[in-house]
Amino acid sequence: MKTFTLAIRETLAAEMRRDPAVFLMGEDIGAYGGAFGVTQGLLAEFGPGRVRDTPISEQALVGTAIGAAAAGLRPVVEIMFMDFITLAVDQLANLAAKLHYIYQIPCPLVVRAPTGGGRGYGATHSQTLERLFTGIPGLRIAAPSDAADASGLLQTAMRGANPVLFLEHKLLYPLRWKLGEKLPPPVPFGHARITHSGDRVTLIAWSYMAHLCLAAAHQLAAAGINAEVVDLRTLAPLDTETLVAAARKTGRVLIVEEGPVTGGFGAEIATRIFEAAYDSLDAPIRRLAGPDCPIPASKVLEAACIPSIAAIVAAARELAESTN
Amino acid sequence: MDDWVCYERMVLIRCFEEAVERLFSEGRIMGTAHVCIGQEAVAVGIAAALKPGDALTSTHRGHGHFLAVGADPGRMMAEMFGKATGYSRGRGGSQMMADTALGFYGANGITAGSMAFACGLALEAQQRRTGRVVVCIIGDGAANEGLFHESLNLAALWCLPLVVVCENNRYAMSTPVAAGLANTRLAERGAAYGIPGCAVDGNVVADVRAAVETALTRARAGSGPSLVECETYRLSGHSKGDPRIYRSTAEEADAWQREPIRRLEAQMLAAPGSDPARFAACRTRAEQAIAAAIRFAEASPAPDPATVTEGVFAPD
Ligand SMILES: Cc1ncc(C[n+]2csc(CCOP(=O)(O)OP(=O)(O)O)c2C)c(N)n1
Ligand SMILES: [Mg+2]
Repeated sequence: MKTFTLAIRETLAAEMRRDPAVFLMGEDIGAYGGAFGVTQGLLAEFGPGRVRDTPISEQALVGTAIGAAAAGLRPVVEIMFMDFITLAVDQLANLAAKLHYIYQIPCPLVVRAPTGGGRGYGATHSQTLERLFTGIPGLRIAAPSDAADASGLLQTAMRGANPVLFLEHKLLYPLRWKLGEKLPPPVPFGHARITHSGDRVTLIAWSYMAHLCLAAAHQLAAAGINAEVVDLRTLAPLDTETLVAAARKTGRVLIVEEGPVTGGFGAEIATRIFEAAYDSLDAPIRRLAGPDCPIPASKVLEAACIPSIAAIVAAARELAESTN
Repeated sequence: MDDWVCYERMVLIRCFEEAVERLFSEGRIMGTAHVCIGQEAVAVGIAAALKPGDALTSTHRGHGHFLAVGADPGRMMAEMFGKATGYSRGRGGSQMMADTALGFYGANGITAGSMAFACGLALEAQQRRTGRVVVCIIGDGAANEGLFHESLNLAALWCLPLVVVCENNRYAMSTPVAAGLANTRLAERGAAYGIPGCAVDGNVVADVRAAVETALTRARAGSGPSLVECETYRLSGHSKGDPRIYRSTAEEADAWQREPIRRLEAQMLAAPGSDPARFAACRTRAEQAIAAAIRFAEASPAPDPATVTEGVFAPD
């Protein structure tokens, strides 16, 4: 059994052993091991030249990583909480995403970012901000929902030639999965995974919400409703083909997303399905997401902002049983 | 680069920029451009100080920097015309050209946007001990971005082989330095990060070169970054179509008295045995080179619109 955290740490270490060009940068990732302990122990093995503590300068640390990548190194940056990536958006959007398109300079960069709520950290430490980047061509976005995918997608990210935003949901870190001694195989980008097979309703999600959808599918199955669960794995590239096939299969689609419903990536998914599979839908596509407000700190208020297993089950049930 | 080579490069830059202004006014090129007329000595002084293998990052006002390190005016002009033969195959335009083979890692349309990037290039040089030093050019306005401070702090902290050259051309668009900087003595900001900061006359190519060489030597020795402020003047408007209503013609006329090309010319003419005809011939050659660049650009094919989404990502 391995935690999500350990799977990521072991992958970072393995890639660092394999390729001397790989190094880590971030705030308090050295002796402290990172805010969520992901890089614990790596300083001892690789030293301060390859496990670099930086000042609290998100823009400079991301920009520096971009420059190092352009010069041929393979930086992996940790943004302590994804909320803080707002301070580095310029460097990602205006530089990393455009280096190859304009200058033909590859930018093999990975930016790891702990995302999501559920721990009562409040409005500036709980967001899922991938929506800021999904409309910026030139960036790849990976959002694993279990330890094997975390390792497999991270390997692909670290060996590629492009900037990758790697989302690590905070609630996944301590969870455990069965994983062998060896690293799981790399997972190619752009291949969504069907984590549960069913014919009544299709649930689509990524990151922690894909984990919850799988749990919801088990409950639904016990109630006689078989749900098809699609875990996107990567938002960019987006595996539209698998999404559309899964939508056609059941004719009823529920997209589950953490973060405010307005402007969420769920809207893009819904549109893609509608464009390609309009004639196969038996009910309007539904979205289950947060309300349009910042995430409050109080446990009860926060819970009102994030889809739960119970809410997914209820919404899926309603959709599966709806007649039109 | 001896005086003649410096002079030739400066004249080439001047002719290129004059042509760009002309082409805009004739409606032959589109978009925007920021020309560096009056600032040629900064670009050439830096280029003269660089060693092969060193790297340079530039700004939105980058034509001169690129030409100074040996860019092909034809491919630059083709980029201005949006042609497939341009440095960025028509994708970059005036503000986004690069040629890493020349150590030129690109201009940047974002004010100060290259500063951390330059730190990253320098970090690679430091980690792999390549001996490379990175020169990062910025404007006076860029010095007010947060990235300026973050980058200088990081570069100083990590002792990166970096030289930040600030082209203080007195204006950021319409904003004079005194309206943008709480302390207009920009070079003093080096002290905040415990690194050398010096100011030189940016209209004297030898002074720019000497100051940058000192900073490069220091960086190459492993002693870390420096800040070099080059005091100059942006003789043209900020970009095409700038009516320059925020400053007086008297001020501009005064600045023309100190422009770098005539100053270098005067200095070279004062040397025994100099031939005045050589200067005119140099100007003619530069004009011919730019005319050829324009012909090349105009004759070049436009990029194929079907390729517009190609290369968003590098092959993994
Ligand atoms: C982040 C950002 N803000 C504003 C602009 C618009 N802009 C382009 S150049 C410029 C002035 C920059 O002044 P300075 O750094 O002194 O360079 P100069 O134009 O004088 O060469 C401004 C405001 C921009 N390109 N990027
Ligand atoms: Mg200026």
